Amino acid sequence: MAYKDTMSAEAISALGGAVEELLHIGKGAPRTAEIDKVTGKAVYIDEYQRPGMLHGKILYSKHAHARISSINTDKAKALPGVRAVLTGYDVPDVRVGFLGDQTLLKRDVVRQYRDEVAAVAAITPEIAEEACRLIEVEYEPLPAVFDPLEAMKPDAPLVHEVDARGRPLRSNILPLPWKLTAGDVEKAKAESAYVVKDEASTTWINQCCMGTSGCVAEFDSNNNLTFVSLTNVVFGAKGRIASYLDNIGLKRKRIRVLNPVVGGSFGTKLDTDIYEFICIQLALQTRKPVKLQFSRDEEFFALPPRQAARFTIEQGCDKDGHLTFRKCEAILDNGAYTSWGATTPSVMMLPMSSMYRVPNVLFQATCVYTNNIYSQAMRGYGNPQAAFALETSMDHLAEVAGFDPADFRMINRNQPGDVTPMECKITTCPLDRCITAVREKIDWDQKRGKGNGRGVGMASLIHVAGGARIYMSDGTGIRIKVTENGELDVISGSTDQGQGSPTVMAQIIAEATGFMPEDVNMIFGDSALGLWDAGTHASRHTFVAGNAAVRAGAQVKQQILELAVQYIPKLVKSALKKQKRKNPDFVEPELDYSLIDSPEKMDIKNRFIFPKAEPDHPYFRMEARDVVRRGLHVGTGESKHVVAEVFWDPPTQMLNAEMKGNYSCTYAFGAAGVEVEVDKETGEVKILNLVSAHDVGRAVNPILVKGQVYGAAYQGVGMGLSERVQVVEGKVVNGNFRDYKILTAKDTFPVEAVIVEDPDPAGPYGAKGIGEPGLVPTAPAIANAVYDAVGVRILDLPITPEKVLAALKAKGE
Amino acid sequence: MKQEIQFVLNGEQVFADVDPQWTLLYLLRNVFGYTGAKKGCGVGECGACTVIVDGEATNSCLYPVLEVEGRHVTTIEGVAAPDGTLHPIQQAFIENNGVQCGYCTAGMIMSAKALLDQKPDPTEEEIRTAIAGNICRCTGYVQIVESIQMAAARMKQ
Ligand code: FES
Ligand code: FES
Repeated sequence: MAYKDTMSAEAISALGGAVEELLHIGKGAPRTAEIDKVTGKAVYIDEYQRPGMLHGKILYSKHAHARISSINTDKAKALPGVRAVLTGYDVPDVRVGFLGDQTLLKRDVVRQYRDEVAAVAAITPEIAEEACRLIEVEYEPLPAVFDPLEAMKPDAPLVHEVDARGRPLRSNILPLPWKLTAGDVEKAKAESAYVVKDEASTTWINQCCMGTSGCVAEFDSNNNLTFVSLTNVVFGAKGRIASYLDNIGLKRKRIRVLNPVVGGSFGTKLDTDIYEFICIQLALQTRKPVKLQFSRDEEFFALPPRQAARFTIEQGCDKDGHLTFRKCEAILDNGAYTSWGATTPSVMMLPMSSMYRVPNVLFQATCVYTNNIYSQAMRGYGNPQAAFALETSMDHLAEVAGFDPADFRMINRNQPGDVTPMECKITTCPLDRCITAVREKIDWDQKRGKGNGRGVGMASLIHVAGGARIYMSDGTGIRIKVTENGELDVISGSTDQGQGSPTVMAQIIAEATGFMPEDVNMIFGDSALGLWDAGTHASRHTFVAGNAAVRAGAQVKQQILELAVQYIPKLVKSALKKQKRKNPDFVEPELDYSLIDSPEKMDIKNRFIFPKAEPDHPYFRMEARDVVRRGLHVGTGESKHVVAEVFWDPPTQMLNAEMKGNYSCTYAFGAAGVEVEVDKETGEVKILNLVSAHDVGRAVNPILVKGQVYGAAYQGVGMGLSERVQVVEGKVVNGNFRDYKILTAKDTFPVEAVIVEDPDPAGPYGAKGIGEPGLVPTAPAIANAVYDAVGVRILDLPITPEKVLAALKAKGE
Repeated sequence: MKQEIQFVLNGEQVFADVDPQWTLLYLLRNVFGYTGAKKGCGVGECGACTVIVDGEATNSCLYPVLEVEGRHVTTIEGVAAPDGTLHPIQQAFIENNGVQCGYCTAGMIMSAKALLDQKPDPTEEEIRTAIAGNICRCTGYVQIVESIQMAAARMKQ
């Protein structure tokens, strides 16, 4: 299959008009909306209180795989202050989760150490914890399996005997259809001038949100539920809880999901976790509000980390360096149950099929049950794992084919107008500028290829940046109300997790309406107030909510201008009359009211309405709020409120049965370059310089964009060099910040975030999503730099000193 | 058995009946309602609970409550001026994206304040050392360090 360009440059530029001069977009507006975070007043789940609130705690399994032979809760129940003790026998046997493969509390068999065996509600967290200690559980251990390759063998112990519907299972392999093919990989391979094959693997990574997980559940007297949750998908959470309540017999109950201030998210809040259902069940049982909050310890062993993955990747190119094919098989350790980790292949497919121009592709992923901790989403959602395999393989192939790795990437770079084998339509694509920026700023041509213990490495990325249609709707609703005082109360159906949305959305809305960012009061995370939203995931918020806001803002502006046509003349005339009354000598000016006789003749900027023909008109230039207030108080049947709401669902496609489709409106590109020094004595890799260049469409707020890139890049360095949840026979053994190494302020190296702007016609004022990309290329760039420095390819993350030393030794150094 | 202690909290003389088992963090959060200091780990590894005790940035989650007797404790709630005007460090965090999710922020600002109170003109190295015990997962520290530098520069003027 030849590579096709199906969209012309003209067609792409026709998608969007020129953006006129912008007043608020592109400015580094301060995060004033979040002032409570610097004064200590912000209310996180830690502070959330309700009258009479109880505290929940969970008792977890003591085995990776065992049959529960008995549970005795008598002592726990007798402890003063305990209000409820629940086991699997006290709660309805209802399955939850993406594949319905678990219950809240496990009654017969535990399949991993984090299995929830019992739960307590008590008047203090300390009493609840003490009660958990008093619960006696006896287990009969069962054979367990911890290696996904072992687990795939026919004689492996089964993690699950039956599926969600009770049908017997014969294998640990999950029935998930992760396969994408395009073109003819075998034929292309046979015709390739150069071919490489590598095995790469990545491990579990804890998201390490600084605020630990927690929730508060409260039922009113009608059994309607208010659920304070950290979810980044309020309507998804609401739906999952609704079906749970439905299944336990509470039909058609009202559920309101609310967010407190959220102390970090990074994927952990995508699924509704078991602890949340348990908290709801405790609240139902006790008829009291119940809070359940994790300790740091639990955050490490009882929260699903980033999915561990193994890849076998083959790529080839012709003698000119053009990629001919890419073939990749991935095996994902699913752990004992299924959360969103099992769906990360849907995102792995994007780089595997669409990073660089590659006509023939085969990607296949197999998820396997084991008795390990189960996994979920983390920033990048499978992309960082896939990019590690892909970008290290790119370097390998460049070497074999005799190309400089940066040149090799340029030869194969994506270009505007491309339609990829996954049928993703590439519209704007400044990947060339990202690679070039990295090349220059990392001093690539000077520093590469010295092999003297110092080296440079590079990697690129593609990611969804215009929403991601993983549900039938990828929509978001926004409602803007202009008050009589000229404030804009804006209710968004989505959530804020600290990424800066209150500021960015305020800038977009100010730009669209003609008000100021400080006039905008953003309200997030309330399923009762907000219109539906697919969730703040997939780097989609600025793009999708921003698009909804631009449209709602335009409606608001139109409404105000229509009022202006009606009322500015009246307001001016009455002011003149008043003046005349005060001063009989006053001579009324001759005013040309045709300047303002239609909305099209006027505009609003920085809170003022003015005639376009004469922006400083001494009479017609008027504060927008005066017109809004006038419109509210007209008289019987005539008064109008300025309010607009827009639900915007991007024009994208769901992946079809072949896993193809343009599931995002636009895609973000980027590149990272790293310079490292490798100590051959200790194996230690030191980062000397990091440059991360990203295609952001347009930076709505350059300071905040940089913050996203820096934060993500640091997480990428952690992934590359130090972070791993150590799981020994199913048990997390390094669940604390001493043993789980995330970077501190002392792990310092120069880092530069390069913002590459190429406004995207589909984006709000040209913006693309940029929440995740910074993480994606960092770890492979480090691995490639290590190779350049000392000639060993470490393809198993993280690149620890031991692995480097072992590789150097194997190489004979 | 509770014991009475007396100390200065955010400039005010205060009394409290405390359980000797408590930590300073527990006292601040559960008795005084100063919840800016957070329990990110409870074992001295994250710095989210940092407050200033007699001029030193301190992990309040490890600090035995009885030791507070007679000391001066400042929490994030005592950093802004009484009229609400932000301290230059707080202002810089808002302006320069030194805060994202905000969970580490109170501790971060307290560590920075303890440093600037003693050393108005610190080097980048000194700033990084001062906040080395404060883990931030969101920012990569770059804009936090810049914010502290920005505040130091403004405070000199
Ligand atoms: S809570 Fe005190 S250091 Fe983490
Ligand atoms: S701002 Fe989120 S942990 Fe620092």
